[in-house]
Amino acid sequence: MSEPPSLGRDDVAHVAGLARLSLSEEELDMFTGQLARVIDHARDVSSLDVHDVPPTAHPLPVRNVLRTDDPCPGLDRDEVLAAAPDVEDGRFKVPRIVGEAP
Amino acid sequence: MTPDDAGSALALADAVRRGERSARSVAEAALGAIAAREPELHAFLHVAADGARADADAVDEKVRAGEDPGPLAGVPVALKDNLCTRGIPTTCASRILEGWRPPYDATVVTRLRDAGAVVVGKTNLDEFAMGSSTENSCMGPTRHPMDPSRVPGGSSGGSAAAVGAGLVPLGLGSDTGGSVRQPAALCGVVGMKPTYGMVSRYGLVAFASSLDQIGPFARSVGDAALLFEVIAGHDPKDSTSLDLPVPAAVRSLEVGVEGLRVGVCEELVADTAPDVSRRVREAAEDLARAGALVEEVSVPEMRLGLSAYYLIAPAEASSNLARYDGVRYGLRVDALDVAQMNTATRTAGFGPEVKRRIMLGTYALSAGYYDAYYGKAQRVRTLLIRAFDLAYERFDVLIGATAPTTAFAIGERVADPLTMYLSDVCTIPSNLSGHPAMSVPFGAGDDGLPVGVQVLAPALCEERLFQVAAALERSAAARARPGHGEGRR
Repeated sequence: MSEPPSLGRDDVAHVAGLARLSLSEEELDMFTGQLARVIDHARDVSSLDVHDVPPTAHPLPVRNVLRTDDPCPGLDRDEVLAAAPDVEDGRFKVPRIVGEAP
Repeated sequence: MTPDDAGSALALADAVRRGERSARSVAEAALGAIAAREPELHAFLHVAADGARADADAVDEKVRAGEDPGPLAGVPVALKDNLCTRGIPTTCASRILEGWRPPYDATVVTRLRDAGAVVVGKTNLDEFAMGSSTENSCMGPTRHPMDPSRVPGGSSGGSAAAVGAGLVPLGLGSDTGGSVRQPAALCGVVGMKPTYGMVSRYGLVAFASSLDQIGPFARSVGDAALLFEVIAGHDPKDSTSLDLPVPAAVRSLEVGVEGLRVGVCEELVADTAPDVSRRVREAAEDLARAGALVEEVSVPEMRLGLSAYYLIAPAEASSNLARYDGVRYGLRVDALDVAQMNTATRTAGFGPEVKRRIMLGTYALSAGYYDAYYGKAQRVRTLLIRAFDLAYERFDVLIGATAPTTAFAIGERVADPLTMYLSDVCTIPSNLSGHPAMSVPFGAGDDGLPVGVQVLAPALCEERLFQVAAALERSAAARARPGHGEGRR
């Protein structure tokens, strides 16, 4: 069984980017130390040979659940839009998407 | 409301139903008690005084009209602030949701109101329920009702402290890794995590969807049973909700433990402080004296629970919290394009613990590490469930400590996240397995602060859980009576 790698500064910078979080240099140092401790502790799990054990994604047996196809009111559009940071013409408004003309 | 007054939701509801007390006067007493203790405790993020009065008046109107006001008629309830309440702020103690007023009620909130309960406010928590002390709240920590220098536990620390201080007889929390049971133990109240799927999560802000479950806080096992029966049951709005009859929790209280097979779980005793493990042993002795067949049992796989949990829960959180993108609700920090706006919003809106868990989860799920971390943790979860199944072939319930220590000092564990995570080591296994578990106050530690004994049962065996919890409550009361010397320091 190969030892799983430990977590370094570059890993933290990488996952912060994936998770859309921006970190200062100091935060990067702090989080790297803290997260590495957790990942190192998790070695009792990550170093186990459990390839013959099936994974559990959900604690109880799952089955597909469909609601009956009866029309019923949803949330009130205006009430929902009232909580949004920015709206226009009954829709959520966002800044420009990269690659499109402004 | 005085702590004695808050002692019994059942008695309060009876008095209101019979017209001996008005729901309005009960609500005013609770609001008065909250106003008196809040400056010190900081258990609430929002007190819904007007709404509480309106709820109470509606109950009184029903009583006057001769209609059934419900089993919780006029009983004040505090809600953890990750439960959606229409028109009432729901923040999850996060800057990213500051000021948000949900357009709908959580199913548990609707059920509480239908049962006649009065919602008095929203309680403090660790941001997005991530923590074990309520110190990770963007609004500052809640303090322990018996010692303001200590934490009430977490993440549902506000509800635990409000019930523990006697401000309200009932509270709701959510339990993803122990967030109801651990603060219940620390604050000296009853706290329960039902079987996964037993209580609808519609309107509970998601943290880790394969683990989250809503649970009751109360000052007695009987009140917890009453509240559990009100909130449990199938809900078509939650696809993980079980379509099964609600367990008869209240009816189980007087059954006793004669002939019940109780396993004292070594892993839930060995690593706890001596003053905590002593109480677990006393509880085991008392159950044996009450006719239970008590034996020691080892479930070694439980020791893997902490690591598996801190890979699985953050992984699910990183996915669930992707929705906070500054588009549809909550905070937005403006920027030139959407990606930069997302990043600026999330960076400003999330606190350090939430960022840690999102990054930990993103790492555990990321390319190259998925098999080593998230995949392994899911397989270890299977091992743990198998080990529980094996133990439950020999035992009807397991008992152990709820938390390794009594309430710890504010600031003591914040610097090192791993040390904080260890506070959940006794409660996490039941979340991974989806089984019900409950913490019952059982004496005090050397510092005089409450100790909780935890009862664990197989899936759907809530009745057994309440049966044992009620027996433990009776024996804890007997031990507290003057002249009991036995087993006490």
